[in-house]
Amino acid sequence: MSKYKAVIGLEMHCELKSNSKVFSSAENSYSEIANSNIRPVDMAFPGTLPVANKKSIRDAIKMAMVLNCEVPEYMYFDRKNYYYPDLPKGYQITQFDSPVGVNGHIEIECNGEFIPIDIHDIHLEEDAASMDHLYDTSVIDYNRAGVPLLELVTEPCIHSAEEAVAFLEHMRSAYKYCDVSEADTKKGQIRCDVNVSIMEEDATEFGTRVEIKNINSFGNVYDAINYEIKRQSELKDAGRYDEVEQETRRFDEESGTTIRMRSKADAIDYKYFVDPNLPKYKITNEWLEEIREEIPKLRNERKQEYMSNYSLSDYDATILVKEKEISDYFEKCIEIGMDPKEACNWVNVNIIAYINKYELEIKDIYLTPEMLKFIVDNIKNGTISSKQAKEVFFKVLDEKKEPSNFISKENAQISDVNELEKIIDEIIGYSSSQVEQYRSGKDRLFDYFVGQVMKNTRGKANPIITKELLHKKLDI
Amino acid sequence: MEYMNKSLTKLHELLKNGEVTSQDLIKESLEKSHTLQEKCNAFVTILDDAKEERVTDNILSGIPYGVKDNYSTKGILTTGSSNTLKDYVPFFDATAITKLNEAGAVKINKTVLDEFGMGGTGTTGHTGNVLNPWDTTRICAGSSSGSACAVAAGVYPYALGTDTGDSIRKPAAYCGIVGYKPTYGMISRYGVFPFASSLDHLGVLARSVEDSAIVVDQMKGIDKNDMTSWDSSNIHLYDSLTTDSKGKKLCYIKELCDISNYPNADEELKLHLENFNKTLELCKELGMEVNEVSIDRKLLNAIYSTYVVIHSAEATSNMSNLTGLIFGPRGEGDNYITMIKDHRTKGFSPLIKRRFIIGSYVLQKENKERYFNNAQRVRRLLVDAWKELYKTYDAVILPVGIGPAKKFEDLNKELDTNTIALDEHLQVGNFGGFPSITIPNGFINNLPVGVNITGNCYDDINVLNIANSLENAMEYKGQTIGGVVNE
Repeated sequence: MSKYKAVIGLEMHCELKSNSKVFSSAENSYSEIANSNIRPVDMAFPGTLPVANKKSIRDAIKMAMVLNCEVPEYMYFDRKNYYYPDLPKGYQITQFDSPVGVNGHIEIECNGEFIPIDIHDIHLEEDAASMDHLYDTSVIDYNRAGVPLLELVTEPCIHSAEEAVAFLEHMRSAYKYCDVSEADTKKGQIRCDVNVSIMEEDATEFGTRVEIKNINSFGNVYDAINYEIKRQSELKDAGRYDEVEQETRRFDEESGTTIRMRSKADAIDYKYFVDPNLPKYKITNEWLEEIREEIPKLRNERKQEYMSNYSLSDYDATILVKEKEISDYFEKCIEIGMDPKEACNWVNVNIIAYINKYELEIKDIYLTPEMLKFIVDNIKNGTISSKQAKEVFFKVLDEKKEPSNFISKENAQISDVNELEKIIDEIIGYSSSQVEQYRSGKDRLFDYFVGQVMKNTRGKANPIITKELLHKKLDI
Repeated sequence: MEYMNKSLTKLHELLKNGEVTSQDLIKESLEKSHTLQEKCNAFVTILDDAKEERVTDNILSGIPYGVKDNYSTKGILTTGSSNTLKDYVPFFDATAITKLNEAGAVKINKTVLDEFGMGGTGTTGHTGNVLNPWDTTRICAGSSSGSACAVAAGVYPYALGTDTGDSIRKPAAYCGIVGYKPTYGMISRYGVFPFASSLDHLGVLARSVEDSAIVVDQMKGIDKNDMTSWDSSNIHLYDSLTTDSKGKKLCYIKELCDISNYPNADEELKLHLENFNKTLELCKELGMEVNEVSIDRKLLNAIYSTYVVIHSAEATSNMSNLTGLIFGPRGEGDNYITMIKDHRTKGFSPLIKRRFIIGSYVLQKENKERYFNNAQRVRRLLVDAWKELYKTYDAVILPVGIGPAKKFEDLNKELDTNTIALDEHLQVGNFGGFPSITIPNGFINNLPVGVNITGNCYDDINVLNIANSLENAMEYKGQTIGGVVNE
């Protein structure tokens, strides 16, 4: 561990969900076929014009609100001008002057501690095309050109790789909870730039900042930060801190190191100016309120609630809130009157195991919270045993039929005292030697009698009543 | 019998009555195109295979027209008069073209412009200079040079133009015809090659206010592909035309129109301003109120530099898509940077390159506040000054330019700094998005000159009516080269 204090700032790019691209009517969806989701504007054919996607703007405002940012009165966009083959217009439409959110702050949880994170800004922009560099040629796929992208920039307020990843996980969850993005790093929907510098613990001035660009997984963010802290610390220890240059580096996955790309001195002047093709758009208070109402309760808030209101363990609560859909399912169970702990056990153990096994999502399963409650209620009123309940649970899921189909007279639990007494008497009748041994102190044989009852009833005997009756008859 | 010198309503009547067919008109228009091409070099493409259109109740049906070569025309070469797009064939129509197609209008040719609309001389197009049909030693002005030239020569009743500084309204004056750009956003810009998006307007060059109104009625309308377009479905320009402008209030700006501002004035400028004063007298005779107003000379002198800064900045960015990678001739080189450099070095004319450099310079971090941001502020001051006038007046009336069309040989003469504001004031119409129309108002040395009327945003009908009244009281309505007045 370094003796220096690390100062880290993050830029997190996240692709938003939408039917069409952010300034184009082309479809916004992943396609294996290159250059299939494109309109003339995505390739910047002369005379084409951008048209803003209202849903993407709405989603951007929503996330600005989640981050407790100030939202400006007018929405407008800037051009960021530079030449690169993945940018057909020669400029990217983004927000420079007036981002959709500024000066935000949130609290994240990291190793059981709550840490405040300051947000510099969050802004909406268009993604560039994707490129593949082959052996002697490069190919461009414009499917990604114009996909809505939300870029979030933190203040340099993070001090470890753990905190950085906790923040990114927090945000990924927020994007998913708000249903504005799939936030899938495997699909390249999240990409990060990381700024790292080190300083003496008591120093007041930041050290030299190094930027590591375009990291595509949280694991790599973690490794890149730690590598960079180590590299800079070693140089500082060796009295060679002046070799830490303000520069842009990239993370090399194979070697687990960062590699210099260019000096900040060569930084491009992007010559920002307001895009005249997208007129200023007034964000009314009514609209803001409408959007605010759509924001669901987020992960951390739910987790705290589950722990304090329902006394669930940190472990259980964490599992429940991992996916919003699962958490929603759990909340529905409680809403219709299930016991929270019981609901938690069913969801965390049985339902999650089932959806993981079949790679399903909770919304795809046939069993509704109402059905789950019906099954559990039948355990409580003694109609079925816990074991039977499990069978019913799987039958409902597999056969996609109401649970009442599997809870009938024929397989109902036997709770009738007279009927059970008759069976027990019969067993005592043919087990005289076991009765004798039991009564002379061999307590373990009690289980033999329970087993016999279950065998005779094919497991349908109510175990509690059965035990009561056996004690009554044997413990004389 | 000659037809292409006639008005739209007259041609429509003749077509309806079966006295002439669309095919006859196309044949005549094509013949005239070829003749004029020999004389003035006005066209990039002449559409010899133009097909006749069925004559309907739409006035434009079956009648030929010209298209400035920066309007995308599906399947037809569209170059922007630039080598960077010398072989570019769009696969979609500009929205304005789609609307004219729906009317059954017949495209006859694509007209030469100053490269991508940048320039006011008609000398920067990749096909060479466009000559003024009144006097081929002179320019047409630009950038809608070919369109103005062809309409004045009677190739067809109207041609489409674009106007970023004065690119419709100045060539119209120099060619003795009408040039009208409606309020910003009334016509969708979709499919028209951009020059400076915040200043770019579409419009028409024609031989009467009436014809201009008919054409813009067809071109206009809100378009889902252009967020700056607006719904004008309740505005009917042609149906709203009258020749009665009694009681309308006009103003002109003393600092621009008074000859005493120009100590070095040449004979042409003197005659031009005298002629303008006659037009003012005529307005009064028509029952309009005409007043002289004053605007700070400093502000007026800033018009042109403001225009240069803003349009250069926007143009640099707008034309960054011209890399030769996706369309246009691909440059040579072993990586994308050298390929783009090669394409752009070979493709653009020196004038455009100069403006790209200005555009980049004024947007650079260290210069932006001083140049670009200040230009935006001056733009706002100018627009506010004009808007202030519109609180009292229906329109501002001003002379166009400093006389008739210049000779090619005089283009490199040093400018008289005193006359820059007079020469460039039409750019305020672009700063504010104001409806603005130029109509011919006489001759100097047998060359046509024009007068401009500019009103407040969305007040197109008022502007057209003032122009229409004035046009009716003068003898230049429908005029073609040589001063021939047609029906």
